Amino acid sequence: MSATVRDGASAPNVARVAVVGAGPAGMQAAWTAAGFGARVTLIDANPSLGGEIWRGERSESRTGTRLFERIRKSNIRLLSSCQVVDAPRLGTLLCAANGEPEWVDYDRLIIATGARERFLPFPGWTLPNVYGAGGLQAMARGGLDLKGKRVVICGTGPLLLKVAATLRERGAELPLIAEQAPFASLLRFAWALRHLPSKYGDALWLGKKLLGAGFRSGCYPVRAHGLDRLLSVTLRNGTQEWNVRCDYLACGFGLVPNLELPLLLGCRVDAGFVVADDWQETSVSGVYCAGEVAGIGGVEKALAEGAIAGLAASHARDTPGLRDHAAAWFRERARCRRFASALASRFSLRPELRSIATPETIVCRCEDVRMEQLATHASWREAKRHTRLGAGHCQGRVCGAAVEILKGWPLESLSPPLFPVSERFLACTGLCGGEAAVSEQNLSKQSARTGHPMGRATAADCE
Amino acid sequence: MLELFEVRVNSKALLVDAQTTVAVAILRAGILGFRRSASGECRGAFCGMGICAECRATVDGIPDRYTCQQLCQPGMVIETEKCPCGEAPQ
Repeated sequence: MSATVRDGASAPNVARVAVVGAGPAGMQAAWTAAGFGARVTLIDANPSLGGEIWRGERSESRTGTRLFERIRKSNIRLLSSCQVVDAPRLGTLLCAANGEPEWVDYDRLIIATGARERFLPFPGWTLPNVYGAGGLQAMARGGLDLKGKRVVICGTGPLLLKVAATLRERGAELPLIAEQAPFASLLRFAWALRHLPSKYGDALWLGKKLLGAGFRSGCYPVRAHGLDRLLSVTLRNGTQEWNVRCDYLACGFGLVPNLELPLLLGCRVDAGFVVADDWQETSVSGVYCAGEVAGIGGVEKALAEGAIAGLAASHARDTPGLRDHAAAWFRERARCRRFASALASRFSLRPELRSIATPETIVCRCEDVRMEQLATHASWREAKRHTRLGAGHCQGRVCGAAVEILKGWPLESLSPPLFPVSERFLACTGLCGGEAAVSEQNLSKQSARTGHPMGRATAADCE
Repeated sequence: MLELFEVRVNSKALLVDAQTTVAVAILRAGILGFRRSASGECRGAFCGMGICAECRATVDGIPDRYTCQQLCQPGMVIETEKCPCGEAPQ
């Protein structure tokens, strides 16, 4: 007789579940799967749980706090400070745990790699003290003292307001929050929130926190000023330009999913997101996805999708009662997806943002490729070959999402390693390193610093 | 209150706690430029979430660590590239 959901016993052939990403989606998925008896490994690049939204295990919500507690008390195997570098075959991940090779075998995989911010290049965006919006929030949570500092926040989306609230709590002055979306879009977004009463609560809380901070819609940054650090920023609203003095500038033009791992595994991606069925299973059998990687929609959607993926990954699909067990989560997911579509349509990027990068503006920060160098090329691949666009340390994670908007070039898949690793790592794991491997320049810089010869490491170095 | 301990940033001693990231320790040591870019610009930490690689530095002899994703530990030795932009005002 096959096991039922209520047995709390998973099918024996799906005993090992690997979850990549320990944000809300990944934590919920891991905890759900573990609750049904699966042996769960939860992998995250950060030293602590929570992902970007609950970074450092701090959440304002009861759900978040309870989830941290549950994970801590569970028998989930936690791999923190651990980056997934390769998926050499289905069933195995190769990770770099604090730089050391670590193989993780799984029967089912749940991808909850979340999203990163989209940055748009403009003159001065490479100056020290210009940060990503979520980035400055993360730095503040990591101990950066912003007391009395003037911070201008610009870009798009409700995330800007959350960042603003965090920074203000820590004593920052906020002379301006510059939202690129027009005021009419914000009103329509607010109206769409009627489907999600919990978001009204969030909005009220934010409104209270941000009372007195400068907020303007329909404007965007065009130049950051300073010689070796930021001094001020010029903004534009279509008809006029003005300058605001600031110590920090925090920018974020929406979120883009971290698709490197699903693309490497061959999961189908449509319109920029991983395609999943009702059970959050991707086009690759046994590989599930949850959270922002399947569509930008926030914490509640991530939790619902995480629960569904965790349930599905720890059971055979024909387990009696499985669909009933997930019914409440299905309803919650549908509700959250309405919020997700409002988010996508109301905060779409205005076309003027494509021209804030001047010909001299650096687009690729790793290789210092400028906008004008891209002019003669027709695709990402061609530009990469001729200019080293996206060929540096971040492997196009930053410039890829920018160029997608600036030039309309779609992101192209990566080859492993997904993150730069040491020569020693490559030698020990037999990873030959595709085009995205550590660049020659970095290798020589590295060997110059460490004094190690340039030659490849030998097996003896792995001991 | 978290316990304070010492780390060294470019041989300058600094007191931090265990929730401080290495990137923040570097900033607290008054260093704004973590590295020089391919064309010689000073670059500081940027994305704060292990994506952009602008905050990379040598930690305990290991080069190119993403310092925004690493927490300080007692006795850590942190070295950045020499940057012409000098030090942040204290």
